[in-house]
Amino acid sequence: MATPIGKGHRSLNLTLRKELNLYANVRPCYSLPGYKTRYDDVNLVTIRENTEGEYSGLEHQVVRGVVESLKIITRAASLRVAEYAFHYAKTNGRDRVSVIHKANIMQKTDGLFLKCCREVAEKYPEITYEEVVIDNCCMMLVKNPALFDVLVMPNLYGDIISDLSAGLVGGLGLTPSCNIGEGGIALAEAVHGSAPDIAGKNLANPTALLMSSVMMLRHLNFSDKAEQIQNAIVSTIAEGKYRTADLGGSSSTTEFTNAICNNL
Amino acid sequence: MAAQILRRVVGSRSTQILSSPANPTSVLPALARAFSSQTPIRATLFPGDGIGPEIAESVKQVFKAADVPIEWEEHYVGTEIDPRTQSFLTWESLESVRRNRVGLKGPMATPIGKGHRSLNLTLRKELNLYANVRPCYSLPGYKTRYDDVNLVTIRENTEGEYSGLEHQVVRGVVESLKIITRAASLRVAEYAFHYAKTNGRDRVSVIHKANIMQKTDGLFLKCCREVAEKYPEITYEEVVIDNCCMMLVKNPALFDVLVMPNLYGDIISDLSAGLVGGLGLTPSCNIGEGGIALAEAVHGSAPDIAGKNLANPTALLMSSVMMLRHLNFSDKAEQIQNAIVSTIAEGKYRTADLGGSSSTTEFTNAICNNL
Repeated sequence: MATPIGKGHRSLNLTLRKELNLYANVRPCYSLPGYKTRYDDVNLVTIRENTEGEYSGLEHQVVRGVVESLKIITRAASLRVAEYAFHYAKTNGRDRVSVIHKANIMQKTDGLFLKCCREVAEKYPEITYEEVVIDNCCMMLVKNPALFDVLVMPNLYGDIISDLSAGLVGGLGLTPSCNIGEGGIALAEAVHGSAPDIAGKNLANPTALLMSSVMMLRHLNFSDKAEQIQNAIVSTIAEGKYRTADLGGSSSTTEFTNAICNNL
Repeated sequence: MAAQILRRVVGSRSTQILSSPANPTSVLPALARAFSSQTPIRATLFPGDGIGPEIAESVKQVFKAADVPIEWEEHYVGTEIDPRTQSFLTWESLESVRRNRVGLKGPMATPIGKGHRSLNLTLRKELNLYANVRPCYSLPGYKTRYDDVNLVTIRENTEGEYSGLEHQVVRGVVESLKIITRAASLRVAEYAFHYAKTNGRDRVSVIHKANIMQKTDGLFLKCCREVAEKYPEITYEEVVIDNCCMMLVKNPALFDVLVMPNLYGDIISDLSAGLVGGLGLTPSCNIGEGGIALAEAVHGSAPDIAGKNLANPTALLMSSVMMLRHLNFSDKAEQIQNAIVSTIAEGKYRTADLGGSSSTTEFTNAICNNL
């Protein structure tokens, strides 16, 4: 969605997030066989706390030339996203959850987030739990992303790490995303832009939105259908015969989609 | 005015030379004297802990072989807390850096315990080190997934998200303050553009999240824009942090000099180090008020291999090269850097962390031979 320029209204994404209480943003990133990037062993999921943290929007000027911004961490929001992360790991057969933080410097805020994750981790003894400092995490991600499985983090780190991970596997055009809200609401979304320059020309790559719809199906426990569609997408890209322009091919949106349907 | 021009040309040495401004005409011969290779410049050396002393020896050996006019003043971390500094670093050590205006620091392990500040924090606060500069370039011969990285990260190092101001609002709700000031932002922006100009870099990119943090990152941006106007020959751009990370992993050649507030700088500088091989190969230099430069190796003290002649001195050597460039010894800096790069590229002598089996001394000798 392109947010219209102007005042007097909230951004569309912000409205959705606030009204539906979407508290976790889930972004699985895995290397697509057939679409070669510098990395071929990425298989991780980033779970980002999406309501508070550094993006609380509470800033003010102290005196001229001195500005403050508040980063808020609450026990409630941290527990909520940690619970979701471990629940996701369990239901999707993932072995490890890593919390990304900077609690050595931000001892109270990130410290509280860590504390909440530790509490939840104790309830899931079968899942390996680890804590990784954000700067180490970034370094490890670019050197050896296979080290990571599920990552859970506060808002800002989540923003950075989820986009970094998307970059590892090919960019936002291929990355699915799902927002989880209170009461089990799930709003899957494609995170790329609206690309007005190619709109209506049958050139767009529907992969991100298709993958997001697969996430939606998994959330609804339609695992078989989800698996079927995902395999069709992955094999179509892997075959290389039908690829949209952004993946280096010359197929149109409809040709690509038909190929996927044939591969079901 | 003349003093300012001289300071630009001469660099950090000028503050000593110009300390007696009473008679300007006597300054020029003093300048010439300071730059003759006969007069050594004193620099403080903190070998540090663990592998620190061994790699510091490598630096001394290479500098001697290259005939670099530096006289080292060594200081060690004490075993007792000095009440004047609230830390294991003594007042004399800090005064030494303030006096010499240039130093090199090895890895320091902060002792566990209370009642003292961390060593890095002490250095930063006492010497007012406001910018952390980390050049990252792909070393030919040490293959990573990227071979075209050539960027420099400049990180504001005094405020931002690391101001340490946190408190509990009510039970279960905690706040942390991120502070951005015009003064600190202008200061680091000025340094970034100055660095770009003196090192022949074309582009400075500011990394921010001002679309969300409109006042804080917005102020940082504003200051960078002001400084950018004074350097019309340098391309200036603004990149949002999440886009930046994505671009860095997809195409790091897009970046040249990056300048950012504290937290983003921490993240991006470590990310960039990862692109070229890790902290064991990455140099770093901290710039302080009044032209102080404290170069340092950012890797750990590696106590498990300390004293075994296995450590890789590359990071500390590269940092000492940064120190030489800061002192305007560009020829020597270039010579030593080329020697390091070609030694690693040849592949014959490599330490264990680079996949080889040479000892520290063998590696250092190979570099000296390649000078």
